[in-house]
Amino acid sequence: MAEAARGPGNARVDHLLVADMIEPRSRVLDVGCGDGELLKLLESRGVDGRGIELSREGVNECVAKGLAVIQGDADTDLVDYPDDAFDYVVLSQTLQATRHPRAVLEHMLRIGRHAVVSFPNFGHWRIRLLLTFGGRMPQTDNLPHTWYDTPNIHFCTIKDFRDLCITVGVKMERALALNAWGRPLRLHAPWWFWNLFGEQAVFLLSRR
Amino acid sequence: MAELKAVAGRIAVVREREADQPHSPVAVFGRDQPLRLDAGVDLGPFQVAYQTYGALNADRSNAVLVCHALTGDQHVFNRHPVTGKSGWWETMVGPGKPIDTNRYYVICPNVLGACMGTTGPASTDPRTGVPWGLDFPVITIRDMVRAQAMLLDRLGIDMLFAVAGGSMGGMQVLQWAASFPQRVFAALPIACGTRHSAQNIAFHEVGRQAVMADPDWRGGRYFAEGVSPQRGLAVARMGAHITYLSDAALHRKFGRKFQDRDNPTFSFDADFEVESYLRHQGSSFVERFDANSYLYLTRAMDYFDLAADCDGVLANAFKSTKTRFCVISFTSDWLFPTSESRAIVHALNAAGARVSFAEITTDKGHDAFLLDEPELFQIVAGFLDSAAAARGIAKV
Repeated sequence: MAEAARGPGNARVDHLLVADMIEPRSRVLDVGCGDGELLKLLESRGVDGRGIELSREGVNECVAKGLAVIQGDADTDLVDYPDDAFDYVVLSQTLQATRHPRAVLEHMLRIGRHAVVSFPNFGHWRIRLLLTFGGRMPQTDNLPHTWYDTPNIHFCTIKDFRDLCITVGVKMERALALNAWGRPLRLHAPWWFWNLFGEQAVFLLSRR
Repeated sequence: MAELKAVAGRIAVVREREADQPHSPVAVFGRDQPLRLDAGVDLGPFQVAYQTYGALNADRSNAVLVCHALTGDQHVFNRHPVTGKSGWWETMVGPGKPIDTNRYYVICPNVLGACMGTTGPASTDPRTGVPWGLDFPVITIRDMVRAQAMLLDRLGIDMLFAVAGGSMGGMQVLQWAASFPQRVFAALPIACGTRHSAQNIAFHEVGRQAVMADPDWRGGRYFAEGVSPQRGLAVARMGAHITYLSDAALHRKFGRKFQDRDNPTFSFDADFEVESYLRHQGSSFVERFDANSYLYLTRAMDYFDLAADCDGVLANAFKSTKTRFCVISFTSDWLFPTSESRAIVHALNAAGARVSFAEITTDKGHDAFLLDEPELFQIVAGFLDSAAAARGIAKV
């Protein structure tokens, strides 16, 4: 991913937005926690955070930082967590890389009372232009991979994700779209506007 | 050759003395403080030999218990009184090391059943005045941990900052967390499992049978007849040693290289380097280890099954635990493969425990926990550092 926008305390803006959706002192599982940057931010806010990370390097970096992170796979290892183990389960920029996004989402809301999901919006106007006029799978600063060598196997648009939430029957408590610089688009815009101009989206979900 | 034998003889005498009067502090528990064993008998009097490193702080909050593996002992970070070699975990323990003796007070007891000063089959049975031999009761990992808890009571340490160990040491760590959760702030089980697998029991049985097949074993009473089952114990060690390595590591280290020769001798000499290496491992081991101890300790590992103590549900062993865990495995460890560590992690997650888990990439096999593995050191240091901050242990 390109250099992400940074906010106060040099935290990534999309991380700050995720963190703002989480009540202080709650129990959080970050699925696909990478090098632990979001978990560190959450712990600085008094959150009891745990993480799962697929890459060995990421896990080892997190553990060496003192974070409670285990090596695991969102697709296969969420099954092992008991119901209601967490207040929030976070999936930051990982949904599109899972094999079974729907099952992952359902597990997240089984394990946690809330889920926070952020993902790149494949309905963004630049991507539409690249595909329409370039005639090839879009490659952008945020999505730099070639189609044949990408971890991202399940792209969706904001509208697609909204449909999934309705199909699964989860409650959308809050949703945000971010522009290309990681800044939130204005609130109360219609979905088509977000779907066209949001480069990323963050959803706070809960069980119905 | 005669000279070598004389040296070996002297070492054996030193070793035998260590069993009762070790070069370590000893906590003696009298007949009035027996150890109630899982086998249903009381052991008493008995003693626990231990080493300490660093200093206990005023809050008595910085004690780290290091648990040694099957053939280890309490000499973590000092010259070994029998072999003269350096301590077995000097890569991990010491000033500025991940288990930093400038910051933590490290205690390592010799386990129950071993032969370096804690009561075991090589110790003198006070009833007879000769070594216990096979009259020593069969012990378990839980018995070892109970004995260690009595030692800590004696030392006035209520809560350990951390318990750390690899292999059989890791089993003790898990048993500590299960038996005395309120006494363990942080737990570091490395390269271990919550039970001994059928394959591991099988390997142990081969080792024990090798010892027992040696005519010098004499039904476990070799000490009375001035002999010792050295060949049997050496074979046991050679077999076990292979399980501590990996195919890749053996290939990298030895390949098919010949030992001091260019061609095969068409005999059963140690033509290959790997043969010579294993023979050396076997013969140096028998100098410092008691054959009966080897039988008892391997048996204790075989009996280890944490879930069995909790109606078969492993998570119950860690129910509502407050202990922080860091579980570590190695990619090439086929004795305690990563799947075993994952089972621990699953149980801890199900119990809602604060757990970290890392698998370290190495081709060095099970023994990697004893070797120079920078990633291992980084993880242990990071885990302990954040736990120490949570425990309020001052930085140095």
